Amino acid sequence: MLTFLKQLGSPPRFFQLSGPMSRWLAIAAAVLGAPGLWLALAGTPTDAQQGEVYRIIYLHVPAAWMSMFLYSVATGYALLYWIWRSPVSAVMMRALLPTGAWMTVVALVTGSLWGKPTWGTYWVWDARLTSELMLLFIYLGLMALSSLVEDETKTDRALALFTVVGMVNIPLIYFSVVFWNTLHQGMSVGAPGAARMAPEMKAALLICTFAVWFACAAIVLVRGRWMLAIRESRSRWVRDVPELAAP
Amino acid sequence: MMKSPIRRRRLLWIAAIALTVSGTAYGVIRAFSENMVFFYTPTQLLAGEAPAGRSLRIGGMVEAGSIEREPGTLTVRFRMTDQDRTIPVTYTGVLPDLFKEGKGAVAQGELNNGVFVASEILAKHDENYMPPKLKN
Repeated sequence: MLTFLKQLGSPPRFFQLSGPMSRWLAIAAAVLGAPGLWLALAGTPTDAQQGEVYRIIYLHVPAAWMSMFLYSVATGYALLYWIWRSPVSAVMMRALLPTGAWMTVVALVTGSLWGKPTWGTYWVWDARLTSELMLLFIYLGLMALSSLVEDETKTDRALALFTVVGMVNIPLIYFSVVFWNTLHQGMSVGAPGAARMAPEMKAALLICTFAVWFACAAIVLVRGRWMLAIRESRSRWVRDVPELAAP
Repeated sequence: MMKSPIRRRRLLWIAAIALTVSGTAYGVIRAFSENMVFFYTPTQLLAGEAPAGRSLRIGGMVEAGSIEREPGTLTVRFRMTDQDRTIPVTYTGVLPDLFKEGKGAVAQGELNNGVFVASEILAKHDENYMPPKLKN
């Protein structure tokens, strides 16, 4: 297992493995996404309080979880880069940011659309919503930083540093509903105590979450793969890959 | 003095980064200064823990059996409770669908002679998701 992970750190090996890995992840996302979509729209019961409008949870919660999870993974790669300076971790750190930002946008937009019919407002400045909006700004700031092209290594170092600094926001988002009075409700899943969600709803939510997770992973791997090929275009291994041979 | 395109692009990026950072800082300050506490409970308000003389939010349960609608108008009166202290609230306007007796709500407004005059009512739904047949 450890040797496998070490191999993933080598650019040619990563390039070789990430191709089929992304394909399998995309297939898994489709295989789970199709029943997930059906469950979300029809296969799960109506909610006693909110009626049909609650169904947006099957997109909102996976997107919100992914927005935080992808940032945590980017932080992991930032730390790896900090220690080993491997090009794969630098590229993966960069590749995660746009997908994470999109997930944040999806979470904010679906949350807003959910808020109007239930809370009576599209937006309030409570701790949960504000900290999630901050996450979007952090993603955008890091993406702007990652687009600096003049000195790639310096940019990588700065990016790794700021990614790690920005990580403080993630527990802030996650626990905001515990720490402060918020309009946003508390945790339905993962909180200790009684079951807060009917089991069939929870199962559907998990299926949707895995579908979104695998889709994100596939997208990030494809993006990272090609970023790596471009970055390493002067290396010998790139010239040895038939797919990358100049036309 | 001529500016090279590289320098101009650099400047543009610095401006973009500065804008993002200030946007983030704005969000942080907004969140931490006044809105970290999104609402006060009736107990906190009556104990004088809430800032006086300005618009604020109170949150709690809409007391069962307390909603009175003024016929022919959009004015509604109810009592907001945190199971400990209770504040009468009056509001004129459209209420969100989830605003119900025995459920959570947040009201924005001011305390006026012991009555909370609300300018906005938000429903606070809970974290339970159940099909109707399982509800009690």
